[in-house]
Amino acid sequence: MFKLLPDNAATTVTVMVNGKTVSVPQGFTAAAAMLLQGNGATRTSALSGEGRAPYCMMGVCFECLMDINGEPNQQGCLVTVTEGMRINAQHGKRMVAE
Amino acid sequence: MSPPFDLAIVGAGPAGMAAAMTAAELGLSVAVLDEQPEPGGQIYRGVERLAATRPNHLAWLGPDYAAGLELARSFRKAKVEYLDGAKVWQIEGTSAGRLFYKRHSAAGILTAQKFLIAPGAMERPMPVPGWTLPGVMTCGAAQTVLKAHGLVPQGRFVLAGCGPLLLLLATQLVRAGIKPAAILETEINRWTALPRLPGFLAAPGYLGKGLGLLRELKAASIAVHKGVTHLAIKGDTQAREIEYTCGGATRTEPVDLVLLHQGVVPNGNLAWSMRLAHEWDDAQRSYRPVLDAWGRSSNPAVLVAGDAGGIIGAKGAEAMGRVAAFAAATDAGKISAGDAGERANAARAEFAKHRGARPFLDALYRPQQQWVAPPDADTMVCRCEEVRAGEIRRLVTDQLCPGPNQMKSFVRCGMGPCQGRLCGLTTVEIIAECRGLPVKDIGYYRIRSPIKPITVGDLATLDVPRRDDAVGL
Ligand code: FES
Repeated sequence: MFKLLPDNAATTVTVMVNGKTVSVPQGFTAAAAMLLQGNGATRTSALSGEGRAPYCMMGVCFECLMDINGEPNQQGCLVTVTEGMRINAQHGKRMVAE
Repeated sequence: MSPPFDLAIVGAGPAGMAAAMTAAELGLSVAVLDEQPEPGGQIYRGVERLAATRPNHLAWLGPDYAAGLELARSFRKAKVEYLDGAKVWQIEGTSAGRLFYKRHSAAGILTAQKFLIAPGAMERPMPVPGWTLPGVMTCGAAQTVLKAHGLVPQGRFVLAGCGPLLLLLATQLVRAGIKPAAILETEINRWTALPRLPGFLAAPGYLGKGLGLLRELKAASIAVHKGVTHLAIKGDTQAREIEYTCGGATRTEPVDLVLLHQGVVPNGNLAWSMRLAHEWDDAQRSYRPVLDAWGRSSNPAVLVAGDAGGIIGAKGAEAMGRVAAFAAATDAGKISAGDAGERANAARAEFAKHRGARPFLDALYRPQQQWVAPPDADTMVCRCEEVRAGEIRRLVTDQLCPGPNQMKSFVRCGMGPCQGRLCGLTTVEIIAECRGLPVKDIGYYRIRSPIKPITVGDLATLDVPRRDDAVGL
């Protein structure tokens, strides 16, 4: 769904996206690393089970909730990647605001 | 707990940065908290890093984006306590107060005499059939990943909706060599906008920029379908097709990605959670906090600046940030009211120039009814709790839910993790339509802190005794 433009001098960081090792430029967010991997769902709704993916990329929609380093319900678009980060789609986990 | 600050600012976009620098120059002790790892807000997102690692991308993004570099660099040099990556979940108090935040997985409290909230804008929710499918995002999201990460769409993609940001994004992508398959432009209001044209023409640079974008898109032979009255995105597990109606004909096109946009609105949850008085802005079709000419809100400890106080754009936001800083300095006793009045003159004049362009833009792109109150019963309104338009209509006509807060208790509409950010305006528009009342009579969700997800574990890291009523749990 997304690709990197050329001419990027940023150093790279190696992360695991859904179990696959990928290199991404420093400063990437976990959600951006997911987008680079394709257009699939990055979470499934706990209610209907339908797939969802990052929608706003600025922290307001909460569609990018994912499992980061074993912790579910992280807003992937607000988490900057670090070396060795494990980023996984999450299935059916419920997060309740109130 | 940190020592009290004269001024704590939420948001490091143009308004927050300008306010912080001005206030610091006037001798106030200033803290700035921002969710992102770098200053700039959404408009200048990642500008320092981009200049360092992808300088040639600046040419595609254009001078208005590049202007943020200067601002971010000056901000870095200012004498302010800048807390990047800080999620503010609550502010309480009416004369001085406390601000609660989470940063690097630890919670913190900061006290301040005055707060300036500048959380900026977010894109207006644009609920159309299929907008929850993977492969559907906002134009702003695509622009964010272009700025922050150098990512561009791959495959066949379309932009659907209307507004300056949509046209700007299309042009930026074209400059980067990435062509959208089409722009599906929803109906715009030329005739109601026309009488407001003089103010727009008087505002410096606006006309030239607008025409420039249209010219570039034309030169790139991008197909623009105008006057779109219906959109539906279809697909099994992701977006595969988009159906659209324009000129009375309905067509379907294959897509890999759809980028939606229907203008921007104030990012309001922090202001709502503090119970600031709000008013309905019919021209911008959204709520905004009630502010005086200095950005003072109904809460004496709270100022608001930038798009969060009503959409004004980056340059106007920056000017208003400075004006609000003069007000904070007056209240802190650093300058006299008369002095503030004089010093604020230049910023006010700058603000007025940008304000002058708004009535035309607001009228031209004011969303049509079908984009704010989806007619199709199956269209998802609350994405988190999966409440559809038909259900909301039924609950209103059955007289079970006359307002948005009953909708929350009945079907959890607006009760998911986004706390109504992506359904609030839609829900009140639908209720207003069903009841035949103006939106201002419908009100809005009662938003409660914490406005960011906070766990019991986070609270345990707070370094002061917990007061149960303070954390809103
Ligand atoms: S994509 Fe919307 S909150 Fe992350």
